[in-house]
Amino acid sequence: MNFLALIGRVVLGFLLHLGRLTIFAGAAVSHCVRPPLYPRLIGRQMIDIGYYSLPVVGLTAIFSGMVLALQSYTGFARFSAESAVANVVVLSMTRELGPVLAGLMVAGRIGASMAAEIGTMRVTEQIDALTTLSTNPFKYLVVPRLLAGFFMLPLLVLVADIIGVFGGYLVGVYKLGFNPGVYINLTVDFLEPLDVISGLVKASVFGFIIALMGCYNGYFSKGGAQGVGAATTNAVVSASILILITNYIITELFFAI
Amino acid sequence: MFRMNILSPKIHLKDVRKAFGDKQVLNGIDLDIAPAESVVIIGGSGTGKSVLIKCILGILTADSGTIEVDGTNVTHTPAAQREAVNKKFGMLFQGAALFDSLPVWENVAFGLMQGEHMNRTEAKHRALETLARVGLAPTVGELSPSELSGGMQKRVALARAIAGNPEIVFFDEPTTGLDPIMADVINDLIIACVKDKGITALSITHDMHSARKIGDRIAMIYEGRLIWVGNAKDVDNAGNPYVDQFVHGRAEGPIKMQLRR
Ligand SMILES: Nc1ncnc2c1ncn2[C@@H]1O[C@H](COP(=O)(O)OP(=O)(O)OP(=O)(O)O)[C@@H](O)[C@H]1O
Ligand SMILES: [Mg+2]
Repeated sequence: MNFLALIGRVVLGFLLHLGRLTIFAGAAVSHCVRPPLYPRLIGRQMIDIGYYSLPVVGLTAIFSGMVLALQSYTGFARFSAESAVANVVVLSMTRELGPVLAGLMVAGRIGASMAAEIGTMRVTEQIDALTTLSTNPFKYLVVPRLLAGFFMLPLLVLVADIIGVFGGYLVGVYKLGFNPGVYINLTVDFLEPLDVISGLVKASVFGFIIALMGCYNGYFSKGGAQGVGAATTNAVVSASILILITNYIITELFFAI
Repeated sequence: MFRMNILSPKIHLKDVRKAFGDKQVLNGIDLDIAPAESVVIIGGSGTGKSVLIKCILGILTADSGTIEVDGTNVTHTPAAQREAVNKKFGMLFQGAALFDSLPVWENVAFGLMQGEHMNRTEAKHRALETLARVGLAPTVGELSPSELSGGMQKRVALARAIAGNPEIVFFDEPTTGLDPIMADVINDLIIACVKDKGITALSITHDMHSARKIGDRIAMIYEGRLIWVGNAKDVDNAGNPYVDQFVHGRAEGPIKMQLRR
């Protein structure tokens, strides 16, 4: 009996969150398309997400590309298919690793800071102060972050793709002894526009998810520093899980025949 | 006693109730505030003074009862959906609630720039003017709120509350944390707002000196109700044992603090 009650409570709690999140997302998106928007704030968020995430995403990408080249070379050498290395690197980077790794890194960096900032504003009544100053907190806080996440993550992933492929090139040419021209040809020949496009679509969705989870958890945080801490954790964890789930779904939509 | 003869009250509260879980915080509040009147609410810590103001502002939604502002019923309209009414309000939060991502002057100018779409130069000018009225130098305007002392933050919050020339101001403990001299400067400022500009004010304070000085009327809240409402000058001989105990700050009396010894 107690056990059933526990299950019931968990399910109800989950549904409550889901309902609240859906309403929150709906309200946020509807504010995205209704003026006034705050170009200054959107710009600031874009710089924060796009520009200041470059180092961390770049580092992740270059080492992923390098390790991909190394691993696939040792793997493919077993059946003398070494020439597939360039192809494996570029496909993995553009389709999967670029968007997913960038998404996870940005979730840790940006999702956490969004939840912490908005959560602190909530518990110190700054969000209440916004409404009394005739400013809609959705428009002022949530919309700039959602738009910035949605539009900046694809750019970030494009850069990550290039850096990752370059990492593979470095290992391929300087360690595995590929001819530079041949490596580049192998990279370009097998690449199709859809590989890159699917990755960029993923990036947009991930950017939206990261910002949404950061804003949502921050917006509903309560109970002082501890509450803000919990909101931050929840933002990162839920964004990361949702990224991995939607990644599968989008891949299925694009490539399953 | 509750002066029911106010014809068109600026704020009209009727049987306002609010509970958190099974804790009944407001238990039937009735109050009418006339235009250009200054009402002060006194009462023990945790008796629901801040909650009452937040219900009027729409930050919290009352469970039942009626809240009217200028004759408009706003009881069940959350703050985000009543921009026209919100434009009339200025609010000083108990904890200041300054935007720490913005410099002090932008905090003060926030309502002017966002709500009234004033340009930045003009808004900054107005902000520095308002800061001067609360005794803060223009250099303070460039600082971040986190670089200010508690009392300075309070004064910035006060400046922000009045900068937009609101019709109704709410001050949640405006003089708490200020030295006696600055507290009196703030008292005078509040009086100036109400008397000179005809602003309606609802303030909360524990400072009886301040309450007598800025209030036309004083209301005492106890156990979720206003147990006494009267002219400020009558508060010292209210003839109500609760009010007497509170005004004179005695531990002995009908109000029992929840202490265990
Ligand atoms: N958001 C909330 N959730 C749950 N309970 C709350 C909330 N806000 C206030 N309360 C409760 O309502 C009661 C009244 O709180 P309120 O802040 O109005 O007190 P107050 O009269 O302003 O006291 P003080 O003079 O100390 O500021 C308190 O017991 C508090 O615990
Ligand atoms: Mg209070």
